[in-house]
Amino acid sequence: MSIDWKQYELQDGFYDELISSPGNARQPARQLANYLSSLTEEDILSRKIAAESTIKDMGVSFTVYTEGGNIDRAWPFDIVPRVISRNQWDKTAEGLKQRLQALNMFIDDLYHDQKILKDGIVPEFVLKQSKNYRKECEGVSPRFGVWAHVCGTDLVRDKDGQFYVLEDNLRVPSGVSYMLENRSIMKRVLPEVFEKVNIAPVGDYPENLFNMLASLSPRKDERPVVVVLTPGIFNSAYFEHAFLAQRMGAELVEGSDLIVGKDDCVYMKTIAGLERVDVIYRRIDDMFLDPEVFHPESVLGVPGLMRAWRKGKVALANAPGAGVADDKVIYAYVPEIIKYYLDQDPLIPNVETFLCYDDKQREYVLANLDKLVVKPANESGGYGMLVGPHSTKKEREQFADLIKSNPRNYIAQPTLALSTAPTLIGRNKVEPRHLDLRPFILQGKDSYVTTGGLTRVAMKKGSLVVNSSQGGGSKDTWIVDTGTSKS
Amino acid sequence: MLSKVAERVYWAARYLERVENTARLVSIYDMLLFDMPRQVNLGWYNLIVINSLESAFAERYTVQDERNVVKFLIGDDSNPGSVVSSLRAIRENIRTTRDVVPAEAWELVNELSLYVQENLAQGINRSNRHEFLEYLIKSCQQIAGLLYVSMPRDEGWEMLMLGQNIERADMTTRNLDAGVAAIMQVEDDEHAVNSRQIIWGNVVRSLNADQPYRRAMRSSIKGPKVVEFLMTDPHFPRSVGFCLSELINAAEALPRSEKVIAAIRKVHRVVMGNFEHEEYGTEFRDELNDLQIAIQQLHFLIGTTWFLTDQ
Repeated sequence: MSIDWKQYELQDGFYDELISSPGNARQPARQLANYLSSLTEEDILSRKIAAESTIKDMGVSFTVYTEGGNIDRAWPFDIVPRVISRNQWDKTAEGLKQRLQALNMFIDDLYHDQKILKDGIVPEFVLKQSKNYRKECEGVSPRFGVWAHVCGTDLVRDKDGQFYVLEDNLRVPSGVSYMLENRSIMKRVLPEVFEKVNIAPVGDYPENLFNMLASLSPRKDERPVVVVLTPGIFNSAYFEHAFLAQRMGAELVEGSDLIVGKDDCVYMKTIAGLERVDVIYRRIDDMFLDPEVFHPESVLGVPGLMRAWRKGKVALANAPGAGVADDKVIYAYVPEIIKYYLDQDPLIPNVETFLCYDDKQREYVLANLDKLVVKPANESGGYGMLVGPHSTKKEREQFADLIKSNPRNYIAQPTLALSTAPTLIGRNKVEPRHLDLRPFILQGKDSYVTTGGLTRVAMKKGSLVVNSSQGGGSKDTWIVDTGTSKS
Repeated sequence: MLSKVAERVYWAARYLERVENTARLVSIYDMLLFDMPRQVNLGWYNLIVINSLESAFAERYTVQDERNVVKFLIGDDSNPGSVVSSLRAIRENIRTTRDVVPAEAWELVNELSLYVQENLAQGINRSNRHEFLEYLIKSCQQIAGLLYVSMPRDEGWEMLMLGQNIERADMTTRNLDAGVAAIMQVEDDEHAVNSRQIIWGNVVRSLNADQPYRRAMRSSIKGPKVVEFLMTDPHFPRSVGFCLSELINAAEALPRSEKVIAAIRKVHRVVMGNFEHEEYGTEFRDELNDLQIAIQQLHFLIGTTWFLTDQ
C-alpha cells in the first residue's frame, strides 16, 4: 500500500512540519506529499534502500564512542524531507544574523571594556564563573571585531509554529557537512521532485566559508594559506573536517603538522620545507589549542599558537574564548544583549529559561523537576541533561543535589512541544517524529546563513533527543519557494 | 604539500599496487599448477616464499596447503600485506588525504572494501575464486584509471607515482625470484621435462607481460630473454628498468630531490647491466636479493627526504 496522508497520526499539541490536518499538507509541502503518495510500497522501499547504499558508498559516517572502542556508524537518514517556506526562512535568517552580530559585539566587549557588566545588564559573577572565559584573550582585537565566525544555532518549533532559539554553538559546531551530503543523497533518491519543486540549493556553503576565512588573513595581497585543524581521525566529526577541507581546497592538518617559528608565525611542514599559514579554521577545543597556555599535556595542539594569534600573525576561527557566549546562563541574557548592542528587539525569541543561581527561580526549578529540562551551562552534545517528564525519581533527586551544590552551572527550561514531521518507519509507514533544526551562520565582514540547515530527528517514537551521539538521525531540509513553481 | 599527506598518498599507491599484484599472483598460480605434470611437487607455499612471508605464515599456520596460503594472502588481517589489510590501509590513507585525492576515488575504495568484506569466502574457496579475483583486479584498475584521468599532475601525483613504481619494481624482482625458485625445485624431477618453459611462461603472465614480451623480444619464452625483458625493457610498465626511470621522473618534479635522484640512477645502472647466466640459480637469486635491498633503501631515502616531520 502506498502512503495515505489521511492515516497519518498527527500528535495532539504538536506542530507538524508537513501536514496541517488529516490528509492536508501545508502549502510548501503539497507537491512533495502528493508525489510521495503516488509511489507504491515497492518504490518507497527501493528508494530507502538506494539512500542507504548511497550513504555507504559515499562513506558518510560519524563515530560513536563506546566502551567497546569507537565505531564508525553509517549516518542514519530519513528520506522524507522537511519543508519550510522561503518567506518564513528569510525572516528567520535575518534573526540569526542579528543574533550572531550581537553575540560577537558582546564577546568583543567582554575581552575589552566590559561595558555591559558595568552597565549592569549581565551580572559580573556570571562571567567570573564562566568555564569558557579565557583571561588569555583579554585585549586582543580580531579583525572586524568578530570572535565567533562560524555558529551553529539550534532552532526548535513549538506548538504555535514559531521558531525559538534553543542554544547557540559558538565553539566548534559541527553538522554542516551532513546538511550538504543529505542534499546529494536526496538528489539521487528523489530526482523527480527536484524537477517540479523550487527547492533552494544549499551547496554554496563551502565557498562562503572559504571566502570568510580568507578575509581574515593577516597578510595582504597574497593568496592566503587556509588550513583546517582537526584533532584527527578518532574525532567524531573527522568526516566533516576532511569534507570541508576538500570542498574548500584547504589543507587538512593536525597539530603535529604545524609549528610556530621564532618569528611567531605559524608554519606547516611540507615536502618542500616550511610554509607559512595565514588562517586556521580550528576544529579543536580551546583547551587543546596550545599546550604552552592551556592543557600542558595536549598533543592535539600547537605550542606557541596563542602567542602567534595574539600577535596577529595568524587568524583563528573561531577565535579562542568565543565559547564564553554559548554558556547557557549567558543564553538567557541574549534578548537583553541584542537590545543593548543593536538597540533592536530580537527577531527570534529564546525559550523561557530559569537560572538556578537565582534563589526564586531555583526554588521553582526544584519544585518542578518532573516538568522541566535541566541542562548544565557548559556542555554540548546532549550530555548531562535531565529530561523531567522522562526521568526517574532517583535521577531527579540526583539533579536536585547537583543543582544545589553548583547552582551557577544549571539552567532549566520547560519541556518543549518539539515539532514533528512524517518519518519513514519500517517498510512504508510514515509516523510523526520530533525534530529540530541547526542552521549555520558565518560572520566576517558580512554575514551569511545556510539555506535551511541540518534537520535532526529523534528516530525513536516519542523521543525528544535528536543528537546523533544519542541515536538521532537526520533529514534533508528544503526551503521551498511557493511564489513560483517550475512548469 | 604536507609531508604527512605526501606519505599517505605514497602508501595508498603502494598498497593499491600490492592488492592488484596479489590478486593476479593467486589467479595465475591456479593455472600454473594445472599445467604441471601431476607428479611434480610444486606447492602453493611458493607464494609465501616469494613475498618473504615465511615466518609470519608460520606463526598462523602449520599446514602449508592451498587453503591456508590463499587465506593468508587474501583474507588474513594479521598479515599486513594481505588483500584485506592492504585495502584497509588504502581506505585509511585515502580517508586521511581526501583533500588531495578526487572524491570519487574515496567512493570506489569504499565500495571495493565493502565488496571484499562481503565476499571474502568466495575468494578463499576455489569454485568462485576466479570471479572474486577478477572483480578485485578490475576495481584496482578502475581506481588507478580514475586517478590517472582526474588527478592534477602536481606533487600529489608524483607521490602516487613514487609509490606505484617502487612497489612494482619490487614485485617484478619477486616474481622473477619465484620463477627461479620453482625451477630449482623441479630441476631434479624427471617428470618435469618441460617445466622450465611453463614456469618462465607463468612469470611472464603473472606480470601481464605475455603480449608485450613477444612483441618486444620476438622470441618464444626462454629464461635469458625473460630476464632481459623484465629487467631492462624501456617500454613495459612493469620492467624494473622502466619503473626506475619513472621514479627518476617523479623525483625530478619534486623539491629537494638531488640525493634521491642520484641514488635511483645508481640502482638503474645496475639493473641495466648484465644478468646473463648459464643457469638461473642461486647466483641469480642472490643478485635479485641485492636488488630488493637496494629498492628498500630507496624507499627509506624517499622517507627521510620528504616524509620526516622533524624539519
